[in-house]
Formats: sequence, C-alpha cells, structure tokens
Amino acid sequence: MIKTDAVIIGAGPVGLFAVHQLGLKGLKSEVIDNLDRAGGQCIELYPDKPIFDIPAIPECTGKELTENLLRQIKPFNTNFHFNERVQEVSCENNTWLVKTNKNNTFSSPNIIIAGGVGSFEPRKLSLEEAENYEGKNIFYSVNDKNKFKGKKVSIFGGGDSALDWALELSKISNVTLIHRRDEFRGAPHTLSEIKKLEKIGKIVIKTKYQLSKIEGDENLKSITIKNDDEKTMKIDTDYILGFFGLIMKLGPIAEWGLNMNRKTISVNTENFETNKKGIFAIGDICTYPGKERLILSGFHEAALASVECFKRAKPDEKYRFEFTTSSKDIQERLGRKTK
Amino acid sequence: MPKITYIDSSGNQKTIDVAIGLSVMEGAIQNNIPGIDADCGGGMACATCHVYVKEEWFNKLPKAEDGEQDMIDMAFEPKKNSRLSCQLIVSDELDGLVVTTPSKQT
Repeated sequence: MIKTDAVIIGAGPVGLFAVHQLGLKGLKSEVIDNLDRAGGQCIELYPDKPIFDIPAIPECTGKELTENLLRQIKPFNTNFHFNERVQEVSCENNTWLVKTNKNNTFSSPNIIIAGGVGSFEPRKLSLEEAENYEGKNIFYSVNDKNKFKGKKVSIFGGGDSALDWALELSKISNVTLIHRRDEFRGAPHTLSEIKKLEKIGKIVIKTKYQLSKIEGDENLKSITIKNDDEKTMKIDTDYILGFFGLIMKLGPIAEWGLNMNRKTISVNTENFETNKKGIFAIGDICTYPGKERLILSGFHEAALASVECFKRAKPDEKYRFEFTTSSKDIQERLGRKTK
Repeated sequence: MPKITYIDSSGNQKTIDVAIGLSVMEGAIQNNIPGIDADCGGGMACATCHVYVKEEWFNKLPKAEDGEQDMIDMAFEPKKNSRLSCQLIVSDELDGLVVTTPSKQT
C-alpha cells in the first residue's frame, strides 16, 4: 500500500501541473497513467503541432509543453505509475483507497482525476468477427515480432505505426499493407523505403481498400478487402495488424458514483471537487457552467483543487497563501538555497 | 438560420436550425443529436464527430485539409463521403445540408 497526499489520475499537462501546485504546498503525489509516458493528449495527438494559447509562451509543441512541465516538477521527485489503470476506489474513514489493474493500492485523502477524455486505447477493427481472433491472429500492437516470421501478415493503416511495422516485418514475413486512401501520413523516408520494396516485390500495397470480411476456423485463414467501387479481393492471411490510432475511453471512472454530464464530471468552481468529498476533477474531464476545454483552464483548476487537497491532507495546519517569488518555504521545496 | 438534417444509422432523421458560424458538430451537441461524440471538443484530434455527407452536398463543401483526412483514417468505417463534422462550419451555403452519423463513433 502506497500512502500519499494525493493520487493523480492522468499524466497529461493538467495532471503534471497538479503535481506542481501540490508540491509547492508541500504535498506529495503519485501519478497513474494508462499510457507508457507523460503528456496525455499533447504527446499522443499533437506532439509536433503548435499550441498558441499557453500564457507567456507564444508558441510551443505538445512535446515541448510536456517536457517543460516535467522540468517544472522535477524538484518534487514524483512517482509515476505508467501502463497502469485505476480500477476502483473506495472510502474508509475519509481516506480513499485506489486500486489499479496491476494490483497496486494507494491510500490518500485526495484523488485528482485529470484524465482528459479517458484513457487511450487502440482503435479496433469494426468487424464483429475480429473480436474472436483478437490476441491470437489479430493485434493492435506488436510485442514479439518473431511470431510473424515466415507468416502472411496483413497490415492496416496509413500512419507511422503501420509503415514502420510494414517495413520491419517485410524482412521476415509476407507483408500486405492496406490503407483506405492513396496518401500515407507516416514519415516520407519510411514511405519511400516501402515503395522501393514494393517495386522489387518484397511487399504488396493495396490502397483505397478496406477490410470487409475475415474468414477462418480456429485460426484466421483469409481476409477480403473491398474498395470504394465495391471491388473485392481475397488475401490469404495468418495475422492482421491494425494501426488505426487511439481512442479515448472513460473506463471505470464512470462507475464511481460521480455526477456525470455526458462523458464529463460535474464539479464546483470553488475547488473543483466532485460530489464526493476528496475526489476532484480537473482539465478536459470536468464540467461546470462556462467550462472551456483549454489547457490554461486546467492549470487554474489544478491550482484551486490543490488548496482543498492541502486542507484535507493537513487538517491541523493552516493554509497560507504564498508567492513563489518571496516564500522561503516554497523555494526550499523547489530545491533553491535561500539565504 | 440554416437548416441541417442529421440522420442516424437506422434512418431516424432530425432537422434543426443551426446558427451561422457554429460547426455541424456543435449544432448536434447543443441539440442533443445522438451519434456524435466529439470527444476532443472540436480540435480535429479524435474522429468521434465523424459523419457521412450526402453525395450532392459532399462536392459543395470546402475540401478537407490533410489533418482532417489523417483523422478520418482513424474513424469508424470511413467512406468516400466521410467528413469530421467539427470542420464543417454552418453558413447560408450549407442551408439544407444532410449528414448521416455512423453506427458508432468508436
């Protein structure tokens, strides 16, 4: 059991800034995220795209913003629990117990949900039969490429993951790359490598086609793809790899008895607490009258939530408002030597 | 106000007045039209406001930019006439637009 002042769910920009706001107040936090790294939507959806509305930063990319936030919270030596998802929460004597899918339990007076629009999961093939083969002949990520050695692999998608794996697996497997349009959006260099391989017959590319049928018994045998003009083509296939990007799923949070409004959690605007004492929601996942889904709104929400977290974590201490410029305590927490 | 018609995958249709300047996605969300999730809130970052545009309207629309096409790649069952409704801004020219929502968004 890990005891902490606050459990933060979500390592996106707002979750990271919550670490900072809690840290300034002398509170320790533990961060849990379903992804394998920090940054949330910033890093998954627009790592290289510019953001223009972070106060005092005229322009930065999602990746730069994430890196800067990580630098900003470095003094607090926060523990991150990646590839981990919160399953359930329960309350005992005003303390929350948070259980994850890796059987970790956290104990804390505060839970801050900074989960964006849910946890990221791979988008799957839309055919219902695909489910029967998932994890066996159909994969949405690659753990062990050797499994595909000498096999017929049909790869779907037009982005970097699809192109990278098509290139990599073409060395050991019979690869067919299938995409719904002619344009690929992966790195141009990878694409030109793949086109070269296509010319010498090392890889087959089918564009403007989508999956329409899969056939097999216990194992997958073949797939049928169809183009816009309803022309179909059958391809013998041992394995399907689908790379259709990520979708966001709210997951177990929806079952915690919080007041929900569509896929968002209702909070008050005084401290961004939900209807459950000690559970806060900040960033894209919270809603209140006038809510704007901006990163800067999330930063404000984190600051105010951290004050209430302080009161709950240190009920015997008085909360004192301080500026970072002038507070010796804060500067010590930031690792600055004060005279 | 321009009228926009939303048809769901089983054929139920609703026509609503959407103010000029709003997106077809916002028109749906504000009027509780089911079938459009818009998880990212209109940032062209999630493909859950995906719609099929009726053929005769599809060619009248301003062309989708690369970023939108990239997201449509990830949408549920994209077709030739797929668009992201957050990128369709309502104007007088779009009065009468008909869009169909897919059977699901994710």
